Amino acid sequence: MEKRDTLIEVRNLKKFFKIGDNTLKAVNDLSFEIKRGETLGVVGESGCGKSTAGRTILRLYEPTAGDVLFEGQSVMKLNHQEMKAMRRNMQMIFQDPYASLNPRMTVGDIIGEALDIHGLASGQKRKERIQELLSLVSLNPEHMNRFPHEFSGGQRQRIGIARALAVEPKFIVCDEPISALDVSVQAQVVNLLQQLQEKMGLTYMFIAHDLSMVKYISDRVAVMYLGKMVELADSEKLYEKPLHPYTQALLSAIPIPDPEVERKRERIVLQGDVPSPMNPPSGCHFRTRCPKAMPECSAVEPVWKEVEPGHFAACHLYN
Amino acid sequence: MERILEVKDLHVSFHTYAGEVKAVRGVNFHVNKGEAVAIVGESGCGKSVTAQTLMKLIPMPPGEIKKGDIIFNGESIVKKSNKEMEAIRGKEIGMIFQDPMTSLNPTLTVGNQIMEGLIKHQKMTRAAARARAIELLTMVGIPQPEKRVDQYPHEFSGGMRQRAMIAIALACSPKLLIADEPTTALDVTIQAQILDLMKDLQKKTGTSIILITHDLGVVAEMCDRVIVMYAGKVIETGTVDDIFYNPQHPYTKGLLRSVPRLDLKRDEPLTPIFGTPPDLLRPPVGCGFTARCESAMRVCQEYDPELKEISSTQRAACWLQHPLAQNRAGS
Repeated sequence: MEKRDTLIEVRNLKKFFKIGDNTLKAVNDLSFEIKRGETLGVVGESGCGKSTAGRTILRLYEPTAGDVLFEGQSVMKLNHQEMKAMRRNMQMIFQDPYASLNPRMTVGDIIGEALDIHGLASGQKRKERIQELLSLVSLNPEHMNRFPHEFSGGQRQRIGIARALAVEPKFIVCDEPISALDVSVQAQVVNLLQQLQEKMGLTYMFIAHDLSMVKYISDRVAVMYLGKMVELADSEKLYEKPLHPYTQALLSAIPIPDPEVERKRERIVLQGDVPSPMNPPSGCHFRTRCPKAMPECSAVEPVWKEVEPGHFAACHLYN
Repeated sequence: MERILEVKDLHVSFHTYAGEVKAVRGVNFHVNKGEAVAIVGESGCGKSVTAQTLMKLIPMPPGEIKKGDIIFNGESIVKKSNKEMEAIRGKEIGMIFQDPMTSLNPTLTVGNQIMEGLIKHQKMTRAAARARAIELLTMVGIPQPEKRVDQYPHEFSGGMRQRAMIAIALACSPKLLIADEPTTALDVTIQAQILDLMKDLQKKTGTSIILITHDLGVVAEMCDRVIVMYAGKVIETGTVDDIFYNPQHPYTKGLLRSVPRLDLKRDEPLTPIFGTPPDLLRPPVGCGFTARCESAMRVCQEYDPELKEISSTQRAACWLQHPLAQNRAGS
């Protein structure tokens, strides 16, 4: 892989929510980089903070602490006006293709709104640009006057992608873009995302819980658990040689569509549920479900460490 | 082998303002005693409607069983009255739904919901039913069952709610368990727990299972046989090995190719199935898959293929299986 420069740098990012007298530490001290042109996959179970992390990086949520640098420039210090300009660089594709498109707007206006806000095109040029974007995502440009309900789930997700691409962003956070789609349609959308990346040099942060799809689409994969990152590595490496016991359990839990493999497989089944993020266990958050937990796991929080070149993990087994 | 369930030429339609939606169009299959059978297919292929019809849970009207028969344990279900069905639901056939939050009653304790069936069907006293409910909660792996039995569904996590639902479904030891996407709403590590539990319980109780899912991985792990549905019809059936290693129908092949496997390299593109399923308001005359099929021929548009025997265990509905098309199938 050629040397790529850093597009996004996340530094000690924290996002806490106040709920009554309690604090929910949704994202607790994340630090990582995303290189230009790469796809970083983020996986974890519900409530691990992966979506909050994506939204906080785009500053859809104001962070509690920490910073995000886009091409070296701090995103969190920008004022309202500067932030608006910054949003042209960073866009988002949402999970639910039914809820994320305004049912009262035509597809043309949904995509055109982005052009209007940033003053990118008007009149005939606006129409041409909308049609160009629709054909880019393999939709019929003549359908720009239709409403979202006239499209299928996969087609709506394409509309969401066209809207994100309207402002020619460099970085897109894809928050579970395929989870709501049927298997045969998922592959269409993933192939489209990859073609667009190649054509336009896009950088993706791909949030999902489907580990086989994440492995397929990502250059590197990060695993989150209760607001913390527990492991980060090249996708091949992470799946071949997972270091953290949570990653190992997560990988072993995916059912593989091959009966022969399934018959022979020994699976690590974790006991119990994910603890409440409101009141996570002391020390390592995973220790209550970890098959390899040691006494020190409850006392000391493991440090985030580069165990092998490019392979990070936070676990006492590697200290 | 003894058949616990047989579905014969089942047609189910829904009458809507737009017209008649032919959701299930002539489905045939059977389930043997102690067997786990998967029904797979995309949203709208009729798999859930088929399952709900087995329990006569579809609202009628707008739903209607147009034609066909369902034989459960030697008796036809189709003509049974609602009253007679109540003796079967929960007692003979148990059901697990996809979303445990909306299918449990939020105003009743979990214990009461398990006890309901026991008191109604097995004429147990409240005290005996409660003791049995605690036993069932222990069996499905819920910690502190004596305390949990008096709690409400909102006090349970997603995985625990699904366990509670399994406990309700199994309370009266049904002969058949229908699980409609039982793990789709759950995280993978919790899914692994629930699948383990279902396999374990099946071994212990010998219940037959119909598992409805779109996750081919879950099928490979759980099931003995597979029924593939498309546009309201069964297009292929076989053992898991038949379907995964020797699929015959282009749709089954496409479905298997469109899931990324962990050993797939990044530079190989996924092979999606282009297009979308047909509108069942106006179902196609010929094979429902024609418009999306790479090997479609003219006959496919005009005549619907019938399920044809491939081996003693496998059948497929595709014109490529016709002797005249055999040289095409190879290419």
